Amino acid sequence: MRRGKSPASAGHAGQLTRRAAAGAIASAGLIAATGLTLGSAIQAPPASAAIKNGNYDLVPRQVADGVWFVEGAREYFTQDNGGDIVNCVLIETDAGMVIIDTGVSLKYGQALRQAAASLSGLGIAASFNTHHHPDHWFGNQVFADRPIYALGETASLARAEGDGFSDGMYRLLGNWMRGTETTPPTQTITSSSITIGGRIFVLYPLSGHTGADLALLDKKTGTLITGDLAFYERAPTTPHADLPKWYEALDALAAVEAALIIPGHGPEDRDGQSLEQTRTYLTWLETGLKQAAAEGLDMVEIMEETLLPDAFKNLGAMPQEFHRSVSHLYPAIERQAMPLSNL
Amino acid sequence: MKLRLGRLGLGKLGFALALQGVVALGTATSALAVDDTKVKLDDPLKTGMFAYHQKLILGDPDKITFDERVIVRAPVSAEDSLNVPVTVDATAIADVRRIVLFVDYGPIPKILTYWPQRAQPKLSFRFKIDQATPVRAAVETTSGAWHVGHTIIDAAGGGCTAPAVAYASDDWEEELGKVYASVWPDRGRVRMVVDHPMDTGLAGDIPMFIIQKLQLDDLDGTKLAQIDLHEPVNEDPAFTLYFEKGALKDKLRIHGRDNNGNPIDAIASAQVTQ
Repeated sequence: MRRGKSPASAGHAGQLTRRAAAGAIASAGLIAATGLTLGSAIQAPPASAAIKNGNYDLVPRQVADGVWFVEGAREYFTQDNGGDIVNCVLIETDAGMVIIDTGVSLKYGQALRQAAASLSGLGIAASFNTHHHPDHWFGNQVFADRPIYALGETASLARAEGDGFSDGMYRLLGNWMRGTETTPPTQTITSSSITIGGRIFVLYPLSGHTGADLALLDKKTGTLITGDLAFYERAPTTPHADLPKWYEALDALAAVEAALIIPGHGPEDRDGQSLEQTRTYLTWLETGLKQAAAEGLDMVEIMEETLLPDAFKNLGAMPQEFHRSVSHLYPAIERQAMPLSNL
Repeated sequence: MKLRLGRLGLGKLGFALALQGVVALGTATSALAVDDTKVKLDDPLKTGMFAYHQKLILGDPDKITFDERVIVRAPVSAEDSLNVPVTVDATAIADVRRIVLFVDYGPIPKILTYWPQRAQPKLSFRFKIDQATPVRAAVETTSGAWHVGHTIIDAAGGGCTAPAVAYASDDWEEELGKVYASVWPDRGRVRMVVDHPMDTGLAGDIPMFIIQKLQLDDLDGTKLAQIDLHEPVNEDPAFTLYFEKGALKDKLRIHGRDNNGNPIDAIASAQVTQ
């Protein structure tokens, strides 16, 4: 972003809007963010992309009995991180490994399958896709020999938007995507739990981050895998967000009282902070954008002049995700804010 | 089979090459003509397009210069290629007559012309981007001199060739021309969203259908500002206009028409801010 690049810009914008806008958003944020304790709950140093010699070098971290995950970089997609920005979970069963989310590309899926093989000789039992965003299922083609489960709406969205996502990912990641073909999930989830190789998974069909978001509870260890309904130490993304539904989903996940949460992005969480941080950020975002609409601000003014509160400015992928969210959410919010004026 | 295809391919290639030669010759000649501007500028962005737009969009002015006082603010990357926000600010330049916004690269380069009349020479709007491109703001003063500023926006593109979102619903006609607007007289600000598909004519089988003009007036008829819109302006155009504090009354009229003759008429009022 350009910011105060010339005296004319700074002076003029300052008189009209800068202080008012920044103040409005910052104060809304301060109120909402009160009570957040950052830093104390972080389990691991910030992850950078696991890349060695132009290949993904995924090293699963064990976080519970038979539960591992690979943490992606807390960043947006870049050529440098190869799109290794997402969390994929591996859970051991008597029938082989269960994989929850398959990563961003063919190459990533291959690395993930290799990592699974290093943990269990039983091979892959099944996979799940938590939702239809490409970083969570573009590795599917590596796991297509076994069932790939998802909510029905996720499968429809993957079929409808997969090719468009694919164009975008090839553009952003180039050679990292080579050979990747969109392979939508094959099995529709209709039950509230599923047992695979003696291990029970409770299934929560939710929405809010997208039109269909699946969360899973590993009954044996009380590990809750939230998909992108929870982000931790990495800014939430909102291209298909429905905020009221997302808040409801966070309520439902908090009620699970899980022993351990693995969010869609960011480190594991043992005291529910990821749910709280996601809710606090989304509330701040919504409140701030409504306030901006009430003041007649334009999107560029909001992007450039909003001061991110301390609680959020150090989240991964900031301020990029804030700017993206303004684009996603502001047009609908501002229309609600202004009255119909026709004669 | 392969051989036959190969031969066919070669034939086609030969034809294509020949054709390209003719086209290249043709463009080389006309390119010379459009590049032959009265004022030679050294485009800092070196897009190879500026002289062309200088001549065809700005009418080959006698006085034109790149000027850092014309500020174009936009995200470095377009998140939604159908709704790219831009703020242009020429308040550092006196006696502005109009501001012409255009892109270097795109099937329809010209976005809009802003006539500030009694407004400040500053405007926020959104547009549809078709590929990564500079956005230029050319500011003409009452003396006829032009001052040009720019920024570069990266984009995946496709914004100009996708059909309007409105057609996903059956009742888009009922929304046509609806104006959502507010005035903030104490802060010299008007914001409005006008419902309209703004069809570029480039999406399959949908002819061009756009708002061509929006005019803001005081209720006594005094002209405040005028916007001439072109195809790249976003669906449901959204604008913020800026005035000196106290220059606006509590109500103003927004009116205009689209290229099918549909009128737009609304009264925007001051809101009680909480």
